Amino acid sequence: MTSTDGALAGPQQYLRAQQRWRAIEIVFWLSLLLPFVVTPNYLVLASQVAITALFALSLDLILGYAGIVSLGHAAFFGFGAYTAGILSKHGWGEPLTGLLISGFAAGLLGYLMSFIIARFRHLALIMITLGFGFLLLELANSLGWLTGGADGLQGVKTWPLLGMFKFDLWGVTSYWYSLIVLFILFLVCRRLINSPFGLSLRGIRENAVRMRAVGAESRAHLQKIYTISAAIAGIAGALLTQTTDTVSLGVLNFERSADVLVILILGGAGRLYGGIIGAIIFLVARDQFSGINPQYWYFPIGVLLVVVVLFLPNGILGGLAQIVESERWQRWTANLTPWRKKP
Amino acid sequence: MRKVLIGILGATALAIGASPASAQGTVKIGVIMTLSGQFADAGVQMQNGVKTYMQQFGDTVGGKKIELIVKDSGGMAPDVAKRLAQELVVRDRVDILAGFVLTPNALAGGDVSAEAKKFMVVMNAATSIVTTKSPYIVRSSVTLPQVAETFGKWAATKGGVKKTYSMVTDYGPGHDFEAGFHRAFKEAGGEVIGQVRFPVANPDFSAFIQRAKDLNPESIMIFVPGGAQPAALGKAFAERGIDPNKTKILGSGETTAEQALKSMGDASLGIITAWHYDYMSKDAKNVQFVKLYNDMHKRNPDFFSIGGYDGMHVIYESLKKAGGKTDGDSLIAAAKGLKWDSPRGPMSIDPETRDVVQTIYIRKVEKVSGELTNVPFDKVENVKDPVKARMPR
Repeated sequence: MTSTDGALAGPQQYLRAQQRWRAIEIVFWLSLLLPFVVTPNYLVLASQVAITALFALSLDLILGYAGIVSLGHAAFFGFGAYTAGILSKHGWGEPLTGLLISGFAAGLLGYLMSFIIARFRHLALIMITLGFGFLLLELANSLGWLTGGADGLQGVKTWPLLGMFKFDLWGVTSYWYSLIVLFILFLVCRRLINSPFGLSLRGIRENAVRMRAVGAESRAHLQKIYTISAAIAGIAGALLTQTTDTVSLGVLNFERSADVLVILILGGAGRLYGGIIGAIIFLVARDQFSGINPQYWYFPIGVLLVVVVLFLPNGILGGLAQIVESERWQRWTANLTPWRKKP
Repeated sequence: MRKVLIGILGATALAIGASPASAQGTVKIGVIMTLSGQFADAGVQMQNGVKTYMQQFGDTVGGKKIELIVKDSGGMAPDVAKRLAQELVVRDRVDILAGFVLTPNALAGGDVSAEAKKFMVVMNAATSIVTTKSPYIVRSSVTLPQVAETFGKWAATKGGVKKTYSMVTDYGPGHDFEAGFHRAFKEAGGEVIGQVRFPVANPDFSAFIQRAKDLNPESIMIFVPGGAQPAALGKAFAERGIDPNKTKILGSGETTAEQALKSMGDASLGIITAWHYDYMSKDAKNVQFVKLYNDMHKRNPDFFSIGGYDGMHVIYESLKKAGGKTDGDSLIAAAKGLKWDSPRGPMSIDPETRDVVQTIYIRKVEKVSGELTNVPFDKVENVKDPVKARMPR
């Protein structure tokens, strides 16, 4: 296809080809508007799916593209959530600026952390991020006067969006808001990944030593992407606070870090859309299964995960890509669509 | 765009407003509790309590069938609890919200109750402020200060304790118990001669107990959650040579709950606790309740069960009193001032605060026919939530 042509013609063309929008992408984003029409009673769920997708996207930046394994990404999610909540509690409930401030705060924390993160790889990273997550959780627990401790932060009240749209019980505003933020940040990530910077990240992921040998300083790159990822995770957390008007220690839980990792792996890491697909499948499955059996719904979720990992080790998107790129599929589609003959 | 949005909103609102869910002769109750994760057992016991009540009194009230829609919020997750409450109201069109094991989840549910004007029955969540979150909330369980402050006052007056050493688990409920006990104990003339907080997952209490012993206090006030902790605690007491008959040990009800007593064994003898319910109570209503509960669920009820059981009672009686109306205003008006005899004893709903008013029992662990039992030897009747009593109106 075009991408292979591009690769032959040079890196600029390759990147440009990657940046081009494919029809399927446009269809995908348009289909995210369907809940407004098809399932208007599920908009609250839809908005939480969008928020989780954004969180997974932030993890994808570091895990899927830069190879930074993290088991404590909820730290930034929670930091953003608490920042937005505390702002709102103390009289600034304007959502958009709250979102920016929370993203900035989480990004700052991510920047500070990145000095440590960029020095380690693999197993050590798992331990560090895990420990950092626990530290932040314990900090929030003990700073009861600031965070409300175990009871959760009280008095969070988000003002209407743009002064016009109240966050309603049906979740109409919440979903519009979350979806638009997700889309904008997705565009940013997409541009970032399909840039020379994104390419060098992938290089670091594959072989960090070699990247230094060719003159690409990997540490600075890792710090940059980690900071950006933390900021996006913080924005996702702030979105959750603003659309639900609640914050509790749950936003910093290890479970949240683990869930988002599972979601990303389920969807397919390193593919931008993986987190979004994963979030949709995971949360919708969870909602449906727990509706059928509120007590033992973890069982079918477990089965789903095992099956996906067994048969689609690169996630759902990875599996789909494998099928699409296979010889047989290429031949089959070529026969179906003779006007798109391979050169 | 804005007009379209408002149009959609208005249409949905109209659709919901125009078709009351109870029109078909059913009352839908959305029950949100923790049925998975760390707090799963609490949710299960609460659900068992609810089921027991419906078994005992049938599933129709005033000609209307009661339909439960149970949802799992997982652990401490107000965002999920709030979404579930929203969905129950918007999608399932429930008339009543109920359940709520954990405070943050109950507070999130309260937002929805206030906005949608839905009657909401909190069957556990024990922090005082829960009922202030919406004018449609009633609580059927207990508030922690209700127990802690009553106990603190009792200890300093009738209990005859003047000095105590305070030991609590370092987490939310532990802090609340500590604050409540200290406040009432000091107000009644007691003195806290030292205090310590230990981590939630604390395998060995020896060092903490030794520190207490060094001060040779007249009594030790202690709060630990259930699980493995009471056993470790009992072991440390025995090892360090603290005799509950000489040094009074004062604890909250969880410290000597069924499983805790089993794991602690004879080391628990003599511990004095305050609590609102015990399944071993010989009250006729309780005996009947426990028997039915044992038959249905093959285990003994605990305070989560009784919260669920009495919560259903509040719902049933309010529905009867409201004469078939299921809107929030009618139900909350009916619930205010309800009085009844529960398996735990006489109780009522405070018409002012919509919170539970009940008897707090002071018990001592003794051996009754070979079994470790919390034997009540004193009680404080008609206890209201002390925190809300202090709040300015």
